[in-house]
Amino acid sequence: MTRLEYTKKVLEHFKNPRNVGEMEDADAIGTVGNPVCGDMMELSIKVEGDKIEDIKFRTFGCASAIATTSMLTELVKGMDLKDAENIKWADVVKGLEGLPPVKVHCSLLAVEALKAALYEYYRKKGINRTDLKPRDDEGDEHHGDSEKACGPLI
Amino acid sequence: MKRIYLDSNSAMPTRREVVEEMLPFFTEHYGNPSSIHELGKKPRRAMEVARERVASLIGSDPSEIIFTSGATESINLALRGPIPFRGPGKDRIVISQADHQSVRATSAAIENSGLRRSVLELDGSGRISMEEAERTIGEDVYMVSIPFASHEVGTLQPLGEVLELVKEHGALFHIDLTTSAFQIPFDVKELDADLVTLSSVDLMGPKGVGALFVRKGTGISGLIKGGGHERGLRSGSENIPGIVGFGAAAEYVKQNMSIYSPRLCSIRDHLIKGLLGIPDSHLNGHPKSRLPNNANIRFDYVEGESMLLLLDMNGISVSSGSACTQKNLEPSRTLLSMGLRHEEAHGSLQFTMNPDNTMEDAKYVISIMPEIVEQLRDMSPLYNP
Repeated sequence: MTRLEYTKKVLEHFKNPRNVGEMEDADAIGTVGNPVCGDMMELSIKVEGDKIEDIKFRTFGCASAIATTSMLTELVKGMDLKDAENIKWADVVKGLEGLPPVKVHCSLLAVEALKAALYEYYRKKGINRTDLKPRDDEGDEHHGDSEKACGPLI
Repeated sequence: MKRIYLDSNSAMPTRREVVEEMLPFFTEHYGNPSSIHELGKKPRRAMEVARERVASLIGSDPSEIIFTSGATESINLALRGPIPFRGPGKDRIVISQADHQSVRATSAAIENSGLRRSVLELDGSGRISMEEAERTIGEDVYMVSIPFASHEVGTLQPLGEVLELVKEHGALFHIDLTTSAFQIPFDVKELDADLVTLSSVDLMGPKGVGALFVRKGTGISGLIKGGGHERGLRSGSENIPGIVGFGAAAEYVKQNMSIYSPRLCSIRDHLIKGLLGIPDSHLNGHPKSRLPNNANIRFDYVEGESMLLLLDMNGISVSSGSACTQKNLEPSRTLLSMGLRHEEAHGSLQFTMNPDNTMEDAKYVISIMPEIVEQLRDMSPLYNP
């Protein structure tokens, strides 16, 4: 794989993304990223007991942004909440059989989206899980400020 | 799968007849043109024929053509070469946001070395504003560099008006002709530029060769030192097969431009009209005053790289103004300067043609594109119809 090229797995998820859409009866929705930066992800989760029963996503972004969100939903669907909290960006990259170095930040953003949804889920139940709280420096509407915040998360 | 190539700004196919002319210079006439023995003769003569052909394309004297390794080197030579000869108090270079990255990067390096730089912004159509140019170009400027047309959106620039300002303030004028030379005639006798950059691949010639026109009497020193080739301005044994191909391509362009350029205009206009039929799509750049081969369209709520890859999966090659397709993850400076928001720049696609493209190509793109945009909008959190 050269620096610019995607793996077959990335292209396959990009072409046929799993779990796309909105969820009417979602227990929580996490939204991260910013269109200014070129990628924005929205994850909706439905929780039954301690399990993520259902998960849906919508993503504005490049092929890797779409593929990483798709991969993440596939990984955590049916998973215990505790395990889902521990998902790492490297698990997503591994699932996709690699990402070009310049695109690795997409996998971090996907994990951030999941954490944002989980944070929201617990918040609704009156539990403040600050460890899951999304970063609040994803950029804003002002172009001058946004450029700084658009950099890779690592 | 049929491949439709609409990324001609990135590279063009080399014409077969051009390759034919080049071939003997690899295996038969391989001598060094500096050699005085028999094998030096053919390459030397062929190089001078090529120089005449390239000169003829822009109406210059052959002695004013310096062969280089391509547009990037020509631009480096044009912008940096005159620095030692600039007059007292002249320590600023002026470029524009319509310029190619090689102009931006070279002028940024000049700025880092202690001189100053001004970058002209663009209006909504991608044209530099003459008001700003008048405010910016002063007595302290040694060089103004403007492309014939914006590299990305194809908008033609007001070269004549800028030239007047440049001459008024005693500066040099460099014009980057890379994207326009194969499709719009240009003559250095009509437009008094001091330096003009030409690229072989953009004339359907081989890659790795270009030229800089240096008007007689222009003070300039070479950047690459060595055996003193190209009047001492560009040392290194000449790339003879490349130069021969460059000359053949220039000849082809000169003879055929008036036939294919109007055809490219019709295909371009058909493509633009068809793609603007998609809801929430917009043309980037001037609707009329633009390069015949360039259509640049943005689609709201979706991102360029995703569209590019889905088009690729359907056999269509294009490029994008999105940050995600750039090595540095930065969106196009040209599009931002035109007033587009970041997310609009991210959703822009550039379709650039060459004379091999047909109306059928445009029709195929128009038939495929709505589905691609719809597919991506369906999964975009920004799109809430």
